Amino acid sequence: MEEHLVDWSRAQFALTAMYHWIFVPLTLGLGFIVAIMESIYVKTNDEFWKKTTKFWMGLFAINFAIGVATGIIMEFEFGTNWANYSWFVGDIFGAPLAVEGILAFFMESTFFAVMFFGWDKVSKGFHLLSTWLVAVGSNLSALWILVANGWMQYPVGMTFNPDTVRNEMNNFWDVLFSPVAVSKFLHTIASGYVLASLFVIGISAWYLLKKRDILFAKRSIVIGATFGLITSLFLILSGDESAHQVALKQPMKLAAIEGLYEGTTDAGIVAMGILNPKKTISNDEESFLLEVTAPYALSLLGYHDIHAFVPGIKDLVYGNEEMGIISTQEKMQKGKLAVQALEDYKEAKKTKDEVQLIQSKSILDENMKYFGYGHIKKAEDVVPPVVISFYSFHLMVALGSWFTLLFAMVLFFATKRDILNYPLLLKSALWSIPLGYIASEAGWVVAEVGRQPWAIQDLMPVGIAATKIASTNVMISFFIFATLFTVLLIAEVKIMTKQIGLGPESKEH
Amino acid sequence: MLNLKNIYSFYINGFKNMTIGKTLWKLILIKLLVIFLFLNYFVHDKSLKTEYKTYDEKVDFVYKNLTKDN
Repeated sequence: MEEHLVDWSRAQFALTAMYHWIFVPLTLGLGFIVAIMESIYVKTNDEFWKKTTKFWMGLFAINFAIGVATGIIMEFEFGTNWANYSWFVGDIFGAPLAVEGILAFFMESTFFAVMFFGWDKVSKGFHLLSTWLVAVGSNLSALWILVANGWMQYPVGMTFNPDTVRNEMNNFWDVLFSPVAVSKFLHTIASGYVLASLFVIGISAWYLLKKRDILFAKRSIVIGATFGLITSLFLILSGDESAHQVALKQPMKLAAIEGLYEGTTDAGIVAMGILNPKKTISNDEESFLLEVTAPYALSLLGYHDIHAFVPGIKDLVYGNEEMGIISTQEKMQKGKLAVQALEDYKEAKKTKDEVQLIQSKSILDENMKYFGYGHIKKAEDVVPPVVISFYSFHLMVALGSWFTLLFAMVLFFATKRDILNYPLLLKSALWSIPLGYIASEAGWVVAEVGRQPWAIQDLMPVGIAATKIASTNVMISFFIFATLFTVLLIAEVKIMTKQIGLGPESKEH
Repeated sequence: MLNLKNIYSFYINGFKNMTIGKTLWKLILIKLLVIFLFLNYFVHDKSLKTEYKTYDEKVDFVYKNLTKDN
């Protein structure tokens, strides 16, 4: 496959997914914050909380409306640019996405209407229930997409059928409760909650800096900071579990995000560092120009044992007999056996050679888990881009730590002091809104760039997943998408800033 | 019947009383038109479904791609 085409197809998908992800996390988290505010309204019967709920609900609606259906473009891309992949994944993707479609349609759209049109038309209790169900529904929608993504990172619960060249789901529960899918879901939704909390405290901080709608902003900031502090602690816990799963299921990704070339026991984690640009897998240069390491932390994070061996990039590419790690070269041989067995199987089917059919099926089954390696040209190709993976991961972790500290400080000063006297803190809260988006996108870069060259871990490299189409077509559509999404983003920012400018007293909701 | 009428008027009144919602609905409709008419028919107009009629042809296409480097 032409590398230029694969790169453009990759870039196009990355662009679409990253733009789509600008809209999603706020919906995931703000839904719950709005539901909490409305719960306070129902409990206290205080009109102030109704007004507050309606204001944040309005911003939720703007974000929801602009983001809705942006994910559909990715489904088009699966069909056109990733036809081999789409066919190969078979019903593994179809089933979760169908459930998602039904849930999204029935739950979100039904209760969404009650949430917006139902004020004073349905009972308070039913309205509150609808608000909670919209929040739960949007999170459940995310579940199915993330289950599908989790399967790509760690394919389980399926059998490859050589007759149809598709993977067929044989255990739905294995797919749904795969440890990678579960940790991915929890970590991703938690990141959405943190981002929404940043959004609420940031906007409230803006009102406080402007010295307007002070009571509204002070109460909103307390809710945002409380929700943010709780969920950022959960984000850390789920991040720990995600890293553990990466260590077990995608050790190359862990090595790349840590810039770890040589495996070691008692491995420390790089708290901050500058990668040596001259370092490659084939030289003995130092990996870092500068590094600050927390001793034992990587062994602990990855394997929950401070003395555990953490394989480096070289161990995973060239093998490490002592540690029982087979080389990529060996996996490539097994992969080529699998690919050849598929060819032999098809040939045997054509010639009705029963013996050959059974033999080739047996070889295929035995080596199927290395199938993708059959398409790898050289062992070093299984190393993901270390620079992007390393810096994205460390940026995400650094920002995540800052957010936890920020929520704690904002909560303390908002409840124990008069937060109006701390403009620097308020400005930090406001400027942390874009940082939340950067951290969230960086998380996806870690997840997706860190698993390259695989479209499906070990089974299908990206070069084989892509469809052979004219690269100019992909380039043109890349720019069309870039324009469309940029227009949508500008529209969102404009409508949202207008609405924020009008404030909670406005009747325009 | 009364329930259906109530649901109908619930939605109609809801849409009528929208302020910012009207702008958002316009935006949603434009976006859906772009996605389903323009992108679907002019940019992403080709897929296995459109290029190959039968199931076996699709299998054969993917099979060739999965074994071509061997």
